[in-house]
Amino acid sequence: MSLTTAHSVVAPSGASKRIAGAIIIAYALISIVPLLWIFATSFKTPPDSIAYPPKILFQPSLEGYCNLFTTRTRQTPEYINSLGPATSFCDETTRKRNMVIAGPSNFVPRFVNSLIIAFGSTFCAVFLGTLSAYGFSRFKVPLADDLLFFILSTRMMPPIAVAIPIYLMYRELGLSDTALGMILLYTAVNVSLAVWLLKGFIDEIPREYEEAAMIDGYTRLQAFWRTVLPQATTGIAATAIFCLIFAWNEYAFAALLTSGTAQTAPPFIPTIIGEGGQDWPAVAAGTTIFLVPILVFTILLRKQLLRGITFGAVRK
Amino acid sequence: MLNRTAENVARATPEPLARKVRGISDKGLAWLFISPTILLLLAINIFPLFWAIYLSFTNYRANRPNEVVKNLGFANYQRILGDQDIWIAMQTTAHFVFWTILLQTLIGFTLAWLIDRKFRSHAFWTTLILVPMMLSPAVVGNFWRFLYEPQIGLFAYAISFVSGIPPTNIQMLSNVSLAPWSIIIVDTWMWTPYVMLICLAGLRSIPEYIYEAAEVDRASNWRQFWSITLPMALPFIMLAVLFRGIENFKMFDMVNLLTGGGPGSTTEVASITLKRQAFESWRTGYSSAFAIILFVAVFGLANIYVKALNKVKQR
Repeated sequence: MSLTTAHSVVAPSGASKRIAGAIIIAYALISIVPLLWIFATSFKTPPDSIAYPPKILFQPSLEGYCNLFTTRTRQTPEYINSLGPATSFCDETTRKRNMVIAGPSNFVPRFVNSLIIAFGSTFCAVFLGTLSAYGFSRFKVPLADDLLFFILSTRMMPPIAVAIPIYLMYRELGLSDTALGMILLYTAVNVSLAVWLLKGFIDEIPREYEEAAMIDGYTRLQAFWRTVLPQATTGIAATAIFCLIFAWNEYAFAALLTSGTAQTAPPFIPTIIGEGGQDWPAVAAGTTIFLVPILVFTILLRKQLLRGITFGAVRK
Repeated sequence: MLNRTAENVARATPEPLARKVRGISDKGLAWLFISPTILLLLAINIFPLFWAIYLSFTNYRANRPNEVVKNLGFANYQRILGDQDIWIAMQTTAHFVFWTILLQTLIGFTLAWLIDRKFRSHAFWTTLILVPMMLSPAVVGNFWRFLYEPQIGLFAYAISFVSGIPPTNIQMLSNVSLAPWSIIIVDTWMWTPYVMLICLAGLRSIPEYIYEAAEVDRASNWRQFWSITLPMALPFIMLAVLFRGIENFKMFDMVNLLTGGGPGSTTEVASITLKRQAFESWRTGYSSAFAIILFVAVFGLANIYVKALNKVKQR
């Protein structure tokens, strides 16, 4: 037993570990309170959600989810009594508030738009990104460094600055408020991330594999298809998830360039209003549904996270 | 064994026909693989950029497409550089960027340094801390408006619980002096994990033998921190600052949803001004000029910064 090792940074002492652990756990718990509050609010009734003091214990209700998926109109009690028995749970909760369901809300179409645009643009970005990354990784491309920097620099522009000419261009081409227009735009934004990340992943695959395959008579294209792609699967999957998260979360372009048919969920969710302001349980319900896929992805990605958020600059 | 080698050699020797099928040379393939990406970027990024540069010299208004477009020369640029509101917006942006980066770097580095003690179950808690940065700033930022509500909001309630100030007095979003901080708090909450993750990679990249050598030399923990830990993690910290700096310079979504630039124009950062000019006042030419100025500013600052970063790395 020696005193020096007890104080060494190489092997932190028990006490310092415990203090560090306590601070980190405290920070983690405080930082997820807003997320837990979103989740809790989605199961509150509107009166419970705006109670003072804020209610931590409450009777859970699905009213927020009902309100998220429907639009409602206020009716006289006489009219509501004249209706037949309530056909569903949502019908019943709505009638208790002297309202009837007028129809489905826009949440489902907006959510579907988000799915189509996020997955469509991710597929395109990863497809183009994989090809370019392989090109940059394996061949001597003239001005490669300049081209790579050019690809990255497209990411530095403020989205609103890009949106002004895109808005005009899409108006001319008839692409405003279309899923295709949004897919093209998100692909262009994401492809820079995809190229940089995938180049890093492909650089790590030894060239010897392809060379061996080509000695065996494969063409360069076949060697790429049969030896490089299978080895790059992890990298491609991680890149795809990063592109997906960006496209899923994106707000600025969506808010400025879509208004109706192609609107995605992020600009839609803040517009969910009830009587007298935002319908917070419904907003929370929409937010919860919107956030769940990302939570799953974050857990899947935690090993590749660092690489993704730094454009492959930090690999470890 | 010999037989197989012979077979391989036979297969490796291309027949005349196979050579024709192979067709594409490596150079051709490289361009075939790279050009679609370049074309897409030219169409969606570069062409619009040049269009914006052209518009920035005109008085074009997107809501009056049939009006005659006049060439104004550098008038738009002159007006922007002399516009008091633009300078105020730039100051607001600088204030926001400065405080978010300062807070995120301090907290992020401290967290990384603590996590690097490798206490039990640190991996689980690290993943938990990372969650906020993966979420949509717009959707989560929108919900923060609810947390900030003076009376019913959880944030105001928690602050009044701790400080004793009546919750109705905690008007985070409508008080002129608190509104900028309401955005800084959400941004710090969301992006501290980002800085933490990069700093953690920096701390873990420091080889243990350096600390062992320092122990042999009986350097104090304090001394080790200042002359080993911090300098060696510095390139990583600087990288995190670069990424956060660029992102926050362009910040739009969270501000737009939390305060929309208000109250008045106290939280009107550059992107919000740009949006108001371009999509509310429809001064397309003028706002294009402002967009170009912003782009040049980000690009220029980032380039200078990267040079400094490379110097630190080489040391």
